[in-house]
Amino acid sequence: MQIFYSDLLVVGAGLSGERIAVESADAGFDVIVLSIVPARRSHSSAAQGGMQAALGNCAMGKGDSVDVHFADTVKGSDWGCDQEVARLFADAAPIEMRRLAHWGVPWNRVVPGKSFYFKGGEKFEKYEEPDKEGLITARSFGGTAKWRTCYTSDGTGHAVMCTMDNRCAQLGIDVRDRKEAIALIHDGENCCGAVVRCLRTGELEAYLSRATAICTGGFGRIYKATTNAVICDGGGHILAMDTGVVPVGNPEAIQFHPTGIVPTDILVTEGCRGDGGTLLDVNEERFMQIYEPEKAELASRDVVSRRMTEHMRAGKGVKSPYGEHLWLDIRHLGDKHISTKLREVDEICHHFLGVDPRTQLIPVRPTQHYTMAGIRTNKDGAAYGLTGLFSAGEAACWDMHGFNRLGGNSLAETVVAGGIIGRKIAEFLQGHDVKIDSRLAREAVLAQKDRIAALIERRNGRENVYEVRNAMQEALMDGCFVFRNGKDLEKCVETLKEVYERAGKVGLRSDGKGANYEVSSALKIKGQVKLALCIATAALARTESRGSHTREDYPERNDREWLTRTLAYWPEGADMPDLKYEDASPVFELPPGERGYGGGKIITADAAFIEERTIKR
Amino acid sequence: MARTLRFDIFRYNPQDAGSVPHMQRFNLDENPNMTLFIALNRLREEQDPGLKFDFCCRAGICGACAIVINGRPGLACQTKTKDLPDDITLMPLPVFKMLGDLTVDTGVWFREMYQKTESWVHTKKVFDPNAEEERMDNAVAEQIYELERCIECGCCVAACGTARLRSDFMGAAALNRIARFVVDPRDQRSDKEYFDVIGNDYGIFGCMGLLACEDVCPKGLPLQNQLGFLRRKMGITALKQIFKRG
Repeated sequence: MQIFYSDLLVVGAGLSGERIAVESADAGFDVIVLSIVPARRSHSSAAQGGMQAALGNCAMGKGDSVDVHFADTVKGSDWGCDQEVARLFADAAPIEMRRLAHWGVPWNRVVPGKSFYFKGGEKFEKYEEPDKEGLITARSFGGTAKWRTCYTSDGTGHAVMCTMDNRCAQLGIDVRDRKEAIALIHDGENCCGAVVRCLRTGELEAYLSRATAICTGGFGRIYKATTNAVICDGGGHILAMDTGVVPVGNPEAIQFHPTGIVPTDILVTEGCRGDGGTLLDVNEERFMQIYEPEKAELASRDVVSRRMTEHMRAGKGVKSPYGEHLWLDIRHLGDKHISTKLREVDEICHHFLGVDPRTQLIPVRPTQHYTMAGIRTNKDGAAYGLTGLFSAGEAACWDMHGFNRLGGNSLAETVVAGGIIGRKIAEFLQGHDVKIDSRLAREAVLAQKDRIAALIERRNGRENVYEVRNAMQEALMDGCFVFRNGKDLEKCVETLKEVYERAGKVGLRSDGKGANYEVSSALKIKGQVKLALCIATAALARTESRGSHTREDYPERNDREWLTRTLAYWPEGADMPDLKYEDASPVFELPPGERGYGGGKIITADAAFIEERTIKR
Repeated sequence: MARTLRFDIFRYNPQDAGSVPHMQRFNLDENPNMTLFIALNRLREEQDPGLKFDFCCRAGICGACAIVINGRPGLACQTKTKDLPDDITLMPLPVFKMLGDLTVDTGVWFREMYQKTESWVHTKKVFDPNAEEERMDNAVAEQIYELERCIECGCCVAACGTARLRSDFMGAAALNRIARFVVDPRDQRSDKEYFDVIGNDYGIFGCMGLLACEDVCPKGLPLQNQLGFLRRKMGITALKQIFKRG
């Protein structure tokens, strides 16, 4: 058995993982970063639209400030976020964008003078100040008061990922691809590394470290229809949850993006609507302004996805062999804009739909996109339950997004949180020693070897892993999508319980030799069904509607009873999650109120409770 | 009438002592809107759970799924079966180390490339968190992004006659990477420093000019232009050096 030692082990080489690695390496620590795929293929690179940061350089961003960004983020979260964390984020974001510019990101810049833009299909004029020429510019995104989303064409994630990975190469950080962590090494109190399966050879290796950070992105792939890359399968969450002591925060908080294309579920960026694209129905008429007179297509994602679903239910959807959908129209933006600012969208339409967006409409519908849910950490990024374990990015529930994240806030979170948490990890490493226990490592590796042997020998049964996975994905689509209700959720929980039992009986059909994919799938199927059960049970328990969690039978946002965050634990040997709750935010800089879009009734919280926690800044 | 597609797929598991490289035939009924992403996943789930191939974003953005499709390197995820004949031959990319069936090790190859080209902005300036960002012309930012669009799929290297003959040739992706930093005003490297990296047979002068790199690039990167740009620029640098020596 090979053992590798480092100060810090980062699992996941996307933006948040590499940003943490850079920060710790800069502080003089020895870092190893592991990734299932070469770093630049991480799902961070698929983020198209941009990163929100209140630089206020462009004309339509005039008057923006970190306070406005903070307020937009809290409203977007439907007051589900931790306001201390949202504040940390908003304050640090502009500096981080400038740092990225220094490291090499080719941000689009302010071009002075008169130019046109579109909103709700209409053309308007704006004037960019000459004294701002060449500063980082921004585009409009949903749920924001100002144009605040910094971008590089519609390949922002890709461009920032290239720069961050270049920075790792420059610092000589050891980034290893085709390595998949399959279990944490811990003693119930301290985390000291991970058991890792090499995806070149299939061999197991032990990585021992004083600190471990899980930065493995979201878990959209447990849904059938998701915009996520195939690697966003919950692997990192399963590592944490399998310890029995680390909770998943707000598992019921799942985002559905309004514009996944039909079929294939590939994302086209919110930048399409931010830049003036519109949504049309079967009659090729706009409808969002009927439901949302103020924000129209640029309400937050949870609201737009709900309104689109409502409109389709009202018989205004476009029928297709792949089910109903609506249209996204960017034709009026013109060739130049599409060829320079929406290039990836143009290519996706061409390759996957055979559509030219200059002259044709794009078929779209709400599709699973993001998990606000994640490994629950404190504001320093330290996971609840295990010392030495950290998490950042989409994998974590840090929790600046609450029940709905704004477009452009997640890509920004990766680097902003990565920087903040990276510094906190460096501080932790300054003063933290662990007893490196080789027996603990050996036993952990042996336990995993035995799991793999059991799958190959079909000791637990002969269930087909792909069929079990399919059953789980279908159950979530039926019970835990845009709209939820008690009856369907109960059914979903029952179905998933059966699926969980089947997941325990999976056996391989292939020989399992080497870097076999069926082994990878089979190793995580139980954990995936656990995550699915966490979503369904937490959604059933939360008898209110908040952000992306919409209960048809409980349409009010209930601040009196549910201004809380779910903590889903899966104790060892249990067959159902154990749900606990904590206050959504320790303090309120912005007390709970109306979002200004989305409608809906609010059952207000106890006034004394709110007042007690409201702070002035 | 739905077609039955005949796939001939390269099989070999280097981790299995009993495995011998061979081609294996699979039949699959074609669905509407089928891509090779859908087809290969169906083959794995329905016929051979041990079949190895790589996908990640499945949207043409990440570059994970490059393979040789009927003799031509391309991204499997954005290849539609309706554009292919009934017989489809799939091979792993050449040049890169083979890891099993259709998977190859692009990760290690590209990390070595970053070190060879020193793929980062070289500057003596120190970041000041309190200062306004350094200004840049938007047209320059767009020009950098144009070259930054490389997704490191490896198609250009796999299709390169020189790279097939000589393992030390840097390939179009590496030359494009250098060009990306040459056009970036933040990078303070001199022409001479760039010349030391690529002004040789491993770099710009090794290219035989077959230009398949640009033909197969799934992002349509202007690889021929970049080669021309670098050769002109480096040619001038070379002349200057000869002149100085004289």
